[in-house]
Amino acid sequence: MRPLNTVIQEVRSEAPLIRTFRLDHQLDPAPGQYCMVWIRGVDEVPMSFSGPDTITIQSVGEATRALFRLGAGSTIGIRGPLGNGFVLRGDKILLIGGGVGTAPLAFLGEQAREAGIEVSSLIGFRSSEDLIFRSRFESLGDTIITTDDGSMGIHGRVAAGLKELNLDDYSQIYLCGPEMMMWDIISRTKEHAGKTQASINRYFKCAVGVCGSCCLDPDGTRACVEGPVIMADKLLESEFGRYRRGPSGSKGPCRG
Amino acid sequence: MPPLTVDAGGLMLQNPVILAAGILGTTGASLRRAALAGAGGVVTKSLGSAPREGHPGPNIVQVECGLLNAMGLPNPSYREFQEEIEIARTGGSPVVASIFGSSAEEFSQIARGLKADAFELNLSCPHAEKYGSELGRYPDLVEIVTGAVKANADVPVWVKLTPNTADIVELGLAAQRGGADAIVAINTLKAMAIDVETGMPILGNRFGGLSGSAVKPVAVRCVYELSSNLDIPVIGVGGVSSWEDAVEMILAGACAVQVGTALMKGYGIIQEINDGLSRYIERKTATLEDLRGKAWRHS
Repeated sequence: MRPLNTVIQEVRSEAPLIRTFRLDHQLDPAPGQYCMVWIRGVDEVPMSFSGPDTITIQSVGEATRALFRLGAGSTIGIRGPLGNGFVLRGDKILLIGGGVGTAPLAFLGEQAREAGIEVSSLIGFRSSEDLIFRSRFESLGDTIITTDDGSMGIHGRVAAGLKELNLDDYSQIYLCGPEMMMWDIISRTKEHAGKTQASINRYFKCAVGVCGSCCLDPDGTRACVEGPVIMADKLLESEFGRYRRGPSGSKGPCRG
Repeated sequence: MPPLTVDAGGLMLQNPVILAAGILGTTGASLRRAALAGAGGVVTKSLGSAPREGHPGPNIVQVECGLLNAMGLPNPSYREFQEEIEIARTGGSPVVASIFGSSAEEFSQIARGLKADAFELNLSCPHAEKYGSELGRYPDLVEIVTGAVKANADVPVWVKLTPNTADIVELGLAAQRGGADAIVAINTLKAMAIDVETGMPILGNRFGGLSGSAVKPVAVRCVYELSSNLDIPVIGVGGVSSWEDAVEMILAGACAVQVGTALMKGYGIIQEINDGLSRYIERKTATLEDLRGKAWRHS
Protein backbone atom coordinates (compact mmCIF):
# COMPACT_ATOMS: atom_id res chain seq x y z
CA MET A 1 0.00 0.00 0.00
CA ARG A 2 1.05 3.60 -0.52
CA PRO A 3 1.15 5.76 2.59
CA LEU A 4 -2.39 6.85 3.49
CA ASN A 5 -2.69 10.60 3.92
CA THR A 6 -3.88 11.09 7.48
CA VAL A 7 -4.91 14.26 9.30
CA ILE A 8 -3.90 14.61 12.93
CA GLN A 9 -7.14 15.37 14.80
CA GLU A 10 -5.72 16.01 18.23
CA VAL A 11 -2.40 15.98 20.06
CA ARG A 12 -2.40 15.16 23.78
CA SER A 13 0.60 15.52 26.03
CA GLU A 14 0.89 12.43 28.27
CA ALA A 15 4.27 13.17 29.88
CA PRO A 16 7.10 15.64 29.20
CA LEU A 17 8.40 13.61 26.23
CA ILE A 18 5.33 11.55 25.34
CA ARG A 19 2.39 12.60 23.19
CA THR A 20 -0.66 10.87 21.78
CA PHE A 21 -1.73 11.68 18.23
CA ARG A 22 -5.33 10.96 17.27
CA LEU A 23 -5.77 10.30 13.56
CA ASP A 24 -8.76 10.85 11.30
CA HIS A 25 -8.84 7.17 10.28
CA GLN A 26 -9.90 4.09 12.22
CA LEU A 27 -7.35 1.71 10.77
CA ASP A 28 -8.72 -1.24 12.74
CA PRO A 29 -5.37 -2.35 14.20
CA ALA A 30 -5.01 -5.26 16.58
CA PRO A 31 -3.15 -4.20 19.76
CA GLY A 32 0.55 -4.85 19.21
CA GLN A 33 0.37 -4.11 15.51
CA TYR A 34 2.25 -1.07 14.24
CA CYS A 35 2.22 1.42 11.42
CA MET A 36 4.96 3.18 9.49
CA VAL A 37 4.60 6.92 10.06
CA TRP A 38 5.90 9.11 7.27
CA ILE A 39 6.86 12.53 8.57
CA ARG A 40 7.15 14.13 5.19
CA GLY A 41 10.55 15.41 4.25
CA VAL A 42 12.13 13.76 7.30
CA ASP A 43 11.81 9.99 7.58
CA GLU A 44 9.44 7.04 8.00
CA VAL A 45 9.44 5.31 11.38
CA PRO A 46 7.48 2.45 13.00
CA MET A 47 5.01 3.27 15.79
CA SER A 48 2.61 1.04 17.67
CA PHE A 49 -1.04 1.83 18.17
CA SER A 50 -2.27 2.93 21.59
CA GLY A 51 -5.91 2.72 20.51
CA PRO A 52 -8.04 2.14 17.40
CA ASP A 53 -7.16 5.60 16.06
CA THR A 54 -4.22 6.73 18.19
CA ILE A 55 -0.46 6.38 18.28
CA THR A 56 1.52 7.34 21.36
CA ILE A 57 5.06 8.45 20.80
CA GLN A 58 8.12 9.27 22.84
CA SER A 59 10.45 11.88 21.42
CA VAL A 60 13.76 10.09 20.92
CA GLY A 61 15.29 11.28 17.67
CA GLU A 62 15.07 13.44 14.60
CA ALA A 63 11.88 11.90 13.20
CA THR A 64 9.93 12.01 16.46
CA ARG A 65 11.12 15.56 17.19
CA ALA A 66 9.80 16.57 13.76
CA LEU A 67 6.52 14.81 14.53
CA PHE A 68 6.24 16.73 17.81
CA ARG A 69 6.31 19.97 15.81
CA LEU A 70 3.07 18.90 14.12
CA GLY A 71 -0.29 19.86 15.63
CA ALA A 72 -3.97 19.20 14.94
CA GLY A 73 -4.68 19.70 11.25
CA SER A 74 -1.21 18.65 10.13
CA THR A 75 -0.92 15.56 7.97
CA ILE A 76 1.28 12.48 8.04
CA GLY A 77 1.44 9.39 5.83
CA ILE A 78 0.53 6.05 7.39
CA ARG A 79 1.26 2.50 6.19
CA GLY A 80 -0.51 -0.06 8.30
CA PRO A 81 -1.65 -1.70 10.42
CA LEU A 82 1.32 -4.03 9.93
CA GLY A 83 2.73 -7.15 11.54
CA ASN A 84 1.30 -9.61 14.03
CA GLY A 85 -0.23 -8.15 17.15
CA PHE A 86 -0.99 -9.68 20.52
CA VAL A 87 -3.35 -12.65 20.63
CA LEU A 88 -5.75 -12.87 23.57
CA ARG A 89 -5.62 -16.27 25.27
CA GLY A 90 -7.38 -17.47 28.39
CA ASP A 91 -9.57 -15.66 30.91
CA LYS A 92 -7.07 -13.96 33.19
CA ILE A 93 -4.14 -12.03 31.82
CA LEU A 94 -1.25 -9.92 33.07
CA LEU A 95 0.12 -6.86 31.29
CA ILE A 96 3.72 -5.89 32.03
CA GLY A 97 4.87 -2.61 30.55
CA GLY A 98 7.64 -0.07 30.81
CA GLY A 99 7.52 3.60 29.78
CA VAL A 100 5.90 4.32 26.44
CA GLY A 101 5.74 0.55 25.93
CA THR A 102 2.65 0.59 28.14
CA ALA A 103 0.71 2.20 25.25
CA PRO A 104 -0.18 -0.92 23.22
CA LEU A 105 -0.86 -2.78 26.48
CA ALA A 106 -3.52 -0.27 27.57
CA PHE A 107 -5.16 -0.79 24.19
CA LEU A 108 -4.90 -4.58 24.57
CA GLY A 109 -6.29 -4.46 28.11
CA GLU A 110 -9.34 -2.54 26.95
CA GLN A 111 -10.07 -5.12 24.24
CA ALA A 112 -9.55 -7.90 26.78
CA ARG A 113 -12.02 -6.34 29.22
CA GLU A 114 -14.60 -6.01 26.44
CA ALA A 115 -14.13 -9.72 25.80
CA GLY A 116 -14.78 -10.44 29.50
CA ILE A 117 -11.17 -11.27 30.34
CA GLU A 118 -9.79 -10.37 33.78
CA VAL A 119 -6.83 -7.99 33.51
CA SER A 120 -4.04 -7.12 35.96
CA SER A 121 -1.16 -4.77 35.19
CA LEU A 122 2.39 -4.13 36.30
CA ILE A 123 3.69 -0.89 34.81
CA GLY A 124 6.95 0.90 35.45
CA PHE A 125 8.35 4.34 34.75
CA ARG A 126 11.49 6.29 35.49
CA SER A 127 9.66 8.73 37.72
CA SER A 128 6.13 9.78 38.65
CA GLU A 129 6.23 12.56 36.06
CA ASP A 130 6.85 9.99 33.30
CA LEU A 131 3.77 7.98 34.29
CA ILE A 132 1.25 7.62 31.48
CA PHE A 133 -2.18 5.99 31.14
CA ARG A 134 -2.60 5.45 34.91
CA SER A 135 -6.36 5.79 34.76
CA ARG A 136 -6.62 3.54 31.71
CA PHE A 137 -4.79 0.76 33.53
CA GLU A 138 -6.54 1.30 36.87
CA SER A 139 -9.92 1.05 35.20
CA LEU A 140 -8.92 -2.34 33.78
CA GLY A 141 -8.18 -3.97 37.14
CA ASP A 142 -5.42 -4.37 39.74
CA THR A 143 -2.50 -2.18 38.82
CA ILE A 144 0.98 -2.18 40.33
CA ILE A 145 3.15 0.83 39.59
CA THR A 146 6.93 0.99 39.93
CA THR A 147 9.24 3.96 39.52
CA ASP A 148 13.01 3.86 39.24
CA ASP A 149 13.36 6.83 41.58
CA GLY A 150 10.68 5.74 44.05
CA SER A 151 8.58 8.85 43.46
CA MET A 152 5.50 6.66 43.09
CA GLY A 153 4.58 3.07 43.85
CA ILE A 154 7.25 0.47 44.34
CA HIS A 155 10.78 1.84 44.29
CA GLY A 156 12.74 0.03 41.60
CA ARG A 157 12.64 -1.43 38.13
CA VAL A 158 9.53 -3.09 36.75
CA ALA A 159 10.85 -6.47 37.87
CA ALA A 160 10.63 -5.21 41.46
CA GLY A 161 6.86 -5.53 41.11
CA LEU A 162 7.00 -9.24 40.26
CA LYS A 163 7.16 -10.24 43.94
CA GLU A 164 3.62 -8.88 44.38
CA LEU A 165 2.30 -11.32 41.79
CA ASN A 166 1.92 -15.05 41.34
CA LEU A 167 2.48 -15.61 37.64
CA ASP A 168 0.87 -19.06 37.83
CA ASP A 169 -2.44 -17.21 38.23
CA TYR A 170 -2.37 -15.90 34.66
CA SER A 171 -3.22 -17.72 31.47
CA GLN A 172 -1.15 -15.32 29.41
CA ILE A 173 1.37 -12.52 30.02
CA TYR A 174 1.84 -9.57 27.67
CA LEU A 175 5.05 -7.58 27.67
CA CYS A 176 6.15 -4.33 26.07
CA GLY A 177 8.82 -1.81 27.00
CA PRO A 178 12.51 -1.00 26.59
CA GLU A 179 14.48 -4.06 25.50
CA MET A 180 16.58 -4.42 28.64
CA MET A 181 13.47 -4.11 30.80
CA MET A 182 11.76 -6.86 28.81
CA TRP A 183 14.91 -8.97 28.90
CA ASP A 184 15.06 -8.53 32.66
CA ILE A 185 11.47 -9.75 33.02
CA ILE A 186 11.81 -12.65 30.59
CA SER A 187 15.03 -13.93 32.11
CA ARG A 188 13.54 -13.81 35.62
CA THR A 189 10.36 -15.60 34.56
CA LYS A 190 11.74 -18.27 32.21
CA GLU A 191 9.27 -20.90 33.37
CA HIS A 192 6.46 -18.69 32.02
CA ALA A 193 8.14 -17.88 28.69
CA GLY A 194 5.80 -20.23 26.84
CA LYS A 195 2.83 -18.05 27.80
CA THR A 196 4.50 -14.65 27.45
CA GLN A 197 3.95 -12.55 24.34
CA ALA A 198 6.44 -9.72 23.91
CA SER A 199 6.24 -6.84 21.45
CA ILE A 200 9.77 -6.13 20.32
CA ASN A 201 11.54 -3.48 18.33
CA ARG A 202 14.16 -3.85 15.60
CA TYR A 203 15.34 -1.58 12.79
CA PHE A 204 12.39 -1.61 10.37
CA LYS A 205 12.96 -0.23 6.89
CA CYS A 206 10.68 -1.94 4.38
CA ALA A 207 8.08 -3.27 6.85
CA VAL A 208 6.98 -5.82 4.25
CA GLY A 209 9.46 -8.60 5.04
CA VAL A 210 11.95 -8.28 2.20
CA CYS A 211 14.83 -5.98 3.14
CA GLY A 212 16.12 -8.07 6.03
CA SER A 213 17.14 -5.20 8.32
CA CYS A 214 14.95 -6.45 11.20
CA CYS A 215 15.92 -10.14 11.04
CA LEU A 216 16.68 -11.79 14.38
CA ASP A 217 19.54 -14.18 14.99
CA PRO A 218 19.85 -17.11 14.96
CA ASP A 219 16.94 -18.14 12.72
CA GLY A 220 16.30 -15.01 10.65
CA THR A 221 12.82 -14.26 12.02
CA ARG A 222 11.61 -11.08 10.31
CA ALA A 223 10.38 -8.93 13.17
CA CYS A 224 8.45 -6.61 10.83
CA VAL A 225 6.09 -9.27 9.49
CA GLU A 226 6.51 -12.30 11.77
CA GLY A 227 6.54 -9.97 14.80
CA PRO A 228 6.62 -7.49 16.32
CA VAL A 229 4.90 -9.71 18.89
CA ILE A 230 7.05 -12.79 19.50
CA MET A 231 6.75 -15.48 22.16
CA ALA A 232 9.28 -15.08 24.97
CA ASP A 233 10.50 -18.68 24.76
CA LYS A 234 11.64 -17.91 21.24
CA LEU A 235 13.27 -14.66 22.35
CA LEU A 236 15.26 -16.50 25.02
CA GLU A 237 16.93 -18.45 22.21
CA SER A 238 17.66 -15.33 20.16
CA GLU A 239 19.83 -12.22 20.02
CA PHE A 240 17.17 -10.38 22.03
CA GLY A 241 18.64 -8.69 25.09
CA ARG A 242 22.20 -9.24 23.83
CA TYR A 243 22.59 -7.13 20.69
CA ARG A 244 20.66 -5.56 17.87
CA ARG A 245 21.49 -4.30 14.42
CA GLY A 246 21.33 -0.64 13.48
CA PRO A 247 20.57 1.06 10.17
CA SER A 248 23.77 -0.19 8.47
CA GLY A 249 23.28 -3.73 9.73
CA SER A 250 26.12 -3.39 12.25
CA LYS A 251 25.56 -5.05 15.59
CA GLY A 252 25.24 -2.76 18.56
CA PRO A 253 24.09 -2.88 22.18
CA CYS A 254 20.40 -3.07 23.11
CA ARG A 255 19.53 0.35 24.39
CA GLY A 256 17.18 0.95 27.26
CA MET B 1 12.35 -36.11 -10.34
CA PRO B 2 14.88 -34.94 -12.95
CA PRO B 3 17.86 -33.06 -11.53
CA LEU B 4 17.78 -29.29 -11.44
CA THR B 5 21.51 -28.84 -10.97
CA VAL B 6 23.10 -26.08 -13.03
CA ASP B 7 26.47 -24.52 -13.65
CA ALA B 8 25.75 -20.82 -13.19
CA GLY B 9 28.84 -19.10 -14.50
CA GLY B 10 31.30 -21.39 -12.80
CA LEU B 11 29.24 -21.96 -9.68
CA MET B 12 27.58 -25.37 -9.34
CA LEU B 13 24.08 -25.02 -7.91
CA GLN B 14 21.68 -27.72 -6.71
CA ASN B 15 18.90 -25.85 -8.45
CA PRO B 16 18.60 -22.68 -10.53
CA VAL B 17 16.58 -20.61 -8.04
CA ILE B 18 18.81 -18.03 -6.36
CA LEU B 19 17.95 -15.45 -3.70
CA ALA B 20 18.49 -12.02 -5.32
CA ALA B 21 20.75 -9.33 -3.89
CA GLY B 22 19.17 -6.91 -1.46
CA ILE B 23 16.45 -9.31 -0.39
CA LEU B 24 16.74 -10.75 3.13
CA GLY B 25 20.49 -10.56 2.73
CA THR B 26 21.41 -8.31 5.64
CA THR B 27 22.23 -11.13 8.05
CA GLY B 28 23.79 -14.56 7.79
CA ALA B 29 20.74 -16.02 9.49
CA SER B 30 18.28 -14.74 6.90
CA LEU B 31 20.52 -15.92 4.04
CA ARG B 32 20.80 -19.34 5.65
CA ARG B 33 17.04 -19.42 6.03
CA ALA B 34 16.69 -18.86 2.25
CA ALA B 35 19.17 -21.66 1.58
CA LEU B 36 17.29 -24.00 3.93
CA ALA B 37 14.06 -23.00 2.18
CA GLY B 38 15.52 -24.46 -1.00
CA ALA B 39 17.49 -21.70 -2.75
CA GLY B 40 20.23 -23.11 -4.98
CA GLY B 41 22.34 -20.08 -4.09
CA VAL B 42 22.00 -16.89 -2.11
CA VAL B 43 23.29 -13.39 -2.82
CA THR B 44 24.13 -11.01 0.01
CA LYS B 45 23.02 -7.44 0.40
CA SER B 46 25.52 -5.27 -1.51
CA LEU B 47 28.67 -4.70 0.51
CA GLY B 48 30.93 -1.68 0.29
CA SER B 49 34.23 -0.67 1.80
CA ALA B 50 32.73 1.38 4.66
CA PRO B 51 29.54 1.18 6.73
CA ARG B 52 26.54 3.03 5.25
CA GLU B 53 23.18 3.68 6.86
CA GLY B 54 21.30 4.21 3.60
CA HIS B 55 18.73 6.80 2.60
CA PRO B 56 16.12 8.32 4.93
CA GLY B 57 12.67 6.73 4.73
CA PRO B 58 10.33 5.97 3.20
CA ASN B 59 12.62 3.36 1.66
CA ILE B 60 9.81 1.36 0.06
CA VAL B 61 6.57 2.13 -1.74
CA GLN B 62 4.21 -0.63 -2.73
CA VAL B 63 2.80 0.28 -6.12
CA GLU B 64 0.08 -1.48 -8.11
CA CYS B 65 2.46 -3.73 -10.02
CA GLY B 66 5.51 -4.09 -7.83
CA LEU B 67 7.77 -2.53 -5.29
CA LEU B 68 9.66 0.71 -5.48
CA ASN B 69 12.71 0.91 -3.25
CA ALA B 70 15.49 3.30 -2.39
CA MET B 71 17.36 1.64 0.44
CA GLY B 72 20.60 3.44 -0.43
CA LEU B 73 23.06 0.55 -0.11
CA PRO B 74 22.99 0.25 3.70
CA ASN B 75 25.63 -2.24 4.82
CA PRO B 76 28.04 -2.73 7.72
CA SER B 77 31.10 -2.89 5.35
CA TYR B 78 32.53 -6.03 3.83
CA ARG B 79 34.94 -6.55 6.73
CA GLU B 80 32.17 -6.76 9.28
CA PHE B 81 30.05 -8.93 7.00
CA GLN B 82 32.51 -11.82 6.67
CA GLU B 83 31.11 -13.54 9.76
CA GLU B 84 27.59 -13.29 8.33
CA ILE B 85 28.79 -15.05 5.17
CA GLU B 86 30.21 -17.88 7.28
CA ILE B 87 26.82 -18.26 8.98
CA ALA B 88 25.02 -18.12 5.62
CA ARG B 89 27.23 -20.92 4.31
CA THR B 90 25.92 -23.29 6.96
CA GLY B 91 22.67 -23.32 4.95
CA GLY B 92 24.45 -25.56 2.46
CA SER B 93 24.15 -23.40 -0.68
CA PRO B 94 26.85 -21.25 -2.26
CA VAL B 95 26.95 -17.68 -0.98
CA VAL B 96 27.54 -14.97 -3.54
CA ALA B 97 28.75 -11.63 -2.23
CA SER B 98 27.23 -8.64 -3.98
CA ILE B 99 29.79 -5.83 -3.86
CA PHE B 100 29.82 -2.19 -4.86
CA GLY B 101 32.40 0.56 -5.13
CA SER B 102 32.97 3.87 -6.81
CA SER B 103 36.06 2.76 -8.71
CA ALA B 104 37.85 -0.32 -9.98
CA GLU B 105 40.27 0.04 -7.05
CA GLU B 106 37.48 0.02 -4.47
CA PHE B 107 35.85 -3.05 -6.06
CA SER B 108 39.23 -4.81 -6.15
CA GLN B 109 39.97 -4.00 -2.53
CA ILE B 110 36.72 -5.67 -1.48
CA ALA B 111 37.27 -8.67 -3.77
CA ARG B 112 40.72 -9.17 -2.24
CA GLY B 113 39.52 -8.87 1.33
CA LEU B 114 36.26 -10.81 1.27
CA LYS B 115 35.81 -14.56 1.08
CA ALA B 116 32.71 -15.79 -0.73
CA ASP B 117 31.82 -18.49 -3.25
CA ALA B 118 31.42 -15.91 -6.01
CA PHE B 119 31.14 -12.15 -6.45
CA GLU B 120 28.28 -10.27 -8.04
CA LEU B 121 29.33 -6.78 -9.07
CA ASN B 122 26.63 -4.23 -8.41
CA LEU B 123 27.08 -1.97 -11.43
CA SER B 124 23.41 -1.27 -11.58
CA CYS B 125 21.80 0.16 -8.42
CA PRO B 126 19.81 3.11 -9.82
CA HIS B 127 19.61 5.27 -6.71
CA ALA B 128 22.99 5.71 -5.01
CA GLU B 129 25.25 8.59 -5.91
CA LYS B 130 28.71 7.56 -7.19
CA TYR B 131 27.81 3.87 -7.22
CA GLY B 132 25.89 1.26 -9.16
CA SER B 133 24.52 2.42 -12.49
CA GLU B 134 26.50 5.66 -12.25
CA LEU B 135 29.45 3.48 -13.25
CA GLY B 136 27.54 0.63 -14.82
CA ARG B 137 25.92 2.62 -17.60
CA TYR B 138 29.34 3.17 -19.22
CA PRO B 139 30.60 0.12 -21.14
CA ASP B 140 34.26 1.09 -20.71
CA LEU B 141 33.87 1.33 -16.91
CA VAL B 142 32.01 -2.00 -16.83
CA GLU B 143 34.93 -3.62 -18.64
CA ILE B 144 37.58 -1.99 -16.43
CA VAL B 145 35.83 -2.84 -13.15
CA THR B 146 35.13 -6.41 -14.24
CA GLY B 147 38.71 -6.90 -15.35
CA ALA B 148 40.07 -5.48 -12.11
CA VAL B 149 37.90 -7.75 -9.94
CA LYS B 150 38.74 -10.78 -12.08
CA ALA B 151 42.43 -10.07 -11.53
CA ASN B 152 41.88 -9.97 -7.78
CA ALA B 153 39.39 -12.79 -7.27
CA ASP B 154 39.86 -16.53 -7.38
CA VAL B 155 36.13 -17.25 -7.52
CA PRO B 156 33.57 -16.68 -10.29
CA VAL B 157 32.61 -13.07 -11.00
CA TRP B 158 29.10 -12.21 -12.07
CA VAL B 159 28.21 -8.75 -13.32
CA LYS B 160 24.75 -7.37 -12.59
CA LEU B 161 23.59 -4.95 -15.26
CA THR B 162 21.21 -2.04 -15.32
CA PRO B 163 18.26 -1.93 -17.70
CA ASN B 164 18.35 1.88 -17.53
CA THR B 165 20.30 2.13 -20.75
CA ALA B 166 19.61 2.28 -24.47
CA ASP B 167 21.53 -0.92 -25.21
CA ILE B 168 22.06 -3.49 -22.49
CA VAL B 169 23.90 -5.79 -24.91
CA GLU B 170 26.68 -3.25 -25.15
CA LEU B 171 27.07 -3.42 -21.37
CA GLY B 172 26.98 -7.22 -21.46
CA LEU B 173 29.67 -7.37 -24.14
CA ALA B 174 31.81 -5.03 -22.05
CA ALA B 175 31.48 -7.31 -19.01
CA GLN B 176 32.35 -10.28 -21.19
CA ARG B 177 35.47 -8.53 -22.50
CA GLY B 178 36.41 -7.82 -18.89
CA GLY B 179 36.32 -11.55 -18.21
CA ALA B 180 32.96 -11.92 -16.40
CA ASP B 181 31.90 -15.50 -15.73
CA ALA B 182 28.21 -14.61 -16.00
CA ILE B 183 25.82 -11.73 -16.45
CA VAL B 184 22.99 -11.07 -14.01
CA ALA B 185 20.14 -9.12 -15.57
CA ILE B 186 18.35 -6.99 -14.61
CA ASN B 187 18.60 -4.64 -11.67
CA THR B 188 15.61 -2.41 -10.92
CA LEU B 189 14.21 0.22 -13.27
CA LYS B 190 14.72 3.76 -12.09
CA ALA B 191 11.32 5.01 -11.00
CA MET B 192 9.42 7.24 -8.60
CA ALA B 193 6.07 7.69 -6.87
CA ILE B 194 4.46 10.96 -5.81
CA ASP B 195 2.02 11.54 -2.98
CA VAL B 196 -1.10 13.03 -4.56
CA GLU B 197 -2.22 14.94 -1.45
CA THR B 198 0.98 16.92 -1.01
CA GLY B 199 2.81 16.56 -4.30
CA MET B 200 5.85 15.20 -2.49
CA PRO B 201 7.94 12.37 -3.87
CA ILE B 202 7.29 9.49 -1.47
CA LEU B 203 10.74 7.91 -1.32
CA GLY B 204 13.16 9.69 0.98
CA ASN B 205 15.61 9.64 -1.92
CA ARG B 206 12.89 10.77 -4.40
CA PHE B 207 14.05 8.21 -6.97
CA GLY B 208 14.26 4.49 -6.49
CA GLY B 209 14.19 1.22 -8.34
CA LEU B 210 11.09 -0.64 -9.48
CA SER B 211 10.99 -4.42 -9.04
CA GLY B 212 8.33 -7.09 -9.17
CA SER B 213 5.84 -8.15 -11.82
CA ALA B 214 5.97 -4.79 -13.61
CA VAL B 215 9.56 -5.30 -14.71
CA LYS B 216 9.36 -8.95 -15.77
CA PRO B 217 8.71 -8.37 -19.49
CA VAL B 218 11.62 -5.92 -19.54
CA ALA B 219 13.83 -8.50 -17.83
CA VAL B 220 12.78 -11.26 -20.22
CA ARG B 221 13.65 -9.05 -23.18
CA CYS B 222 17.05 -8.17 -21.68
CA VAL B 223 17.86 -11.82 -20.93
CA TYR B 224 16.86 -12.76 -24.48
CA GLU B 225 19.01 -10.03 -26.05
CA LEU B 226 21.98 -10.71 -23.82
CA SER B 227 21.98 -14.48 -24.05
CA SER B 228 21.58 -14.49 -27.81
CA ASN B 229 24.51 -12.11 -28.26
CA LEU B 230 26.96 -13.20 -25.54
CA ASP B 231 29.05 -16.33 -25.02
CA ILE B 232 28.87 -16.24 -21.22
CA PRO B 233 25.80 -17.42 -19.28
CA VAL B 234 23.04 -15.08 -18.18
CA ILE B 235 21.20 -15.29 -14.86
CA GLY B 236 17.69 -13.85 -15.19
CA VAL B 237 16.22 -11.63 -12.50
CA GLY B 238 13.25 -9.28 -12.46
CA GLY B 239 9.71 -10.09 -11.42
CA VAL B 240 10.10 -13.86 -11.15
CA SER B 241 7.30 -14.92 -8.83
CA SER B 242 6.15 -18.30 -10.14
CA TRP B 243 7.59 -21.38 -11.83
CA GLU B 244 6.12 -20.16 -15.11
CA ASP B 245 8.13 -16.95 -14.76
CA ALA B 246 11.27 -19.01 -14.14
CA VAL B 247 10.56 -21.15 -17.20
CA GLU B 248 10.03 -18.02 -19.28
CA MET B 249 13.43 -16.68 -18.17
CA ILE B 250 15.11 -19.98 -19.05
CA LEU B 251 13.40 -20.08 -22.46
CA ALA B 252 14.64 -16.51 -22.97
CA GLY B 253 18.16 -17.81 -22.38
CA ALA B 254 18.80 -17.73 -18.63
CA CYS B 255 20.83 -20.52 -17.03
CA ALA B 256 19.36 -19.68 -13.62
CA VAL B 257 16.99 -17.16 -12.08
CA GLN B 258 17.04 -14.92 -9.06
CA VAL B 259 13.99 -14.23 -6.94
CA GLY B 260 13.55 -11.05 -4.93
CA THR B 261 10.32 -9.14 -4.54
CA ALA B 262 8.29 -12.38 -4.61
CA LEU B 263 9.77 -13.19 -1.19
CA MET B 264 7.11 -10.80 0.13
CA LYS B 265 4.89 -13.88 -0.10
CA GLY B 266 7.29 -15.72 2.21
CA TYR B 267 10.20 -18.11 1.88
CA GLY B 268 7.91 -20.85 0.54
CA ILE B 269 7.96 -19.29 -2.92
CA ILE B 270 11.47 -20.68 -3.49
CA GLN B 271 10.38 -24.31 -3.13
CA GLU B 272 7.20 -23.61 -5.06
CA ILE B 273 9.24 -22.45 -8.07
CA ASN B 274 11.61 -25.41 -7.81
CA ASP B 275 8.75 -27.90 -7.63
CA GLY B 276 7.05 -26.30 -10.62
CA LEU B 277 10.31 -26.40 -12.60
CA SER B 278 10.78 -30.08 -11.79
CA ARG B 279 7.28 -30.95 -12.92
CA TYR B 280 7.71 -28.90 -16.08
CA ILE B 281 10.94 -30.54 -17.24
CA GLU B 282 9.53 -33.95 -16.41
CA ARG B 283 6.42 -33.23 -18.49
CA LYS B 284 8.53 -31.88 -21.36
CA THR B 285 11.06 -34.71 -21.01
CA ALA B 286 13.73 -32.09 -21.36
CA THR B 287 16.67 -30.86 -19.33
CA LEU B 288 17.13 -27.26 -18.24
CA GLU B 289 19.95 -27.17 -20.79
CA ASP B 290 17.54 -28.16 -23.59
CA LEU B 291 15.15 -25.38 -22.65
CA ARG B 292 17.72 -22.63 -22.30
CA GLY B 293 17.33 -20.07 -25.08
CA LYS B 294 14.64 -22.04 -26.86
CA ALA B 295 12.93 -18.74 -27.64
CA TRP B 296 15.79 -17.41 -29.72
CA ARG B 297 16.16 -20.68 -31.59
CA HIS B 298 12.57 -20.08 -32.71
CA SER B 299 13.26 -16.74 -34.32
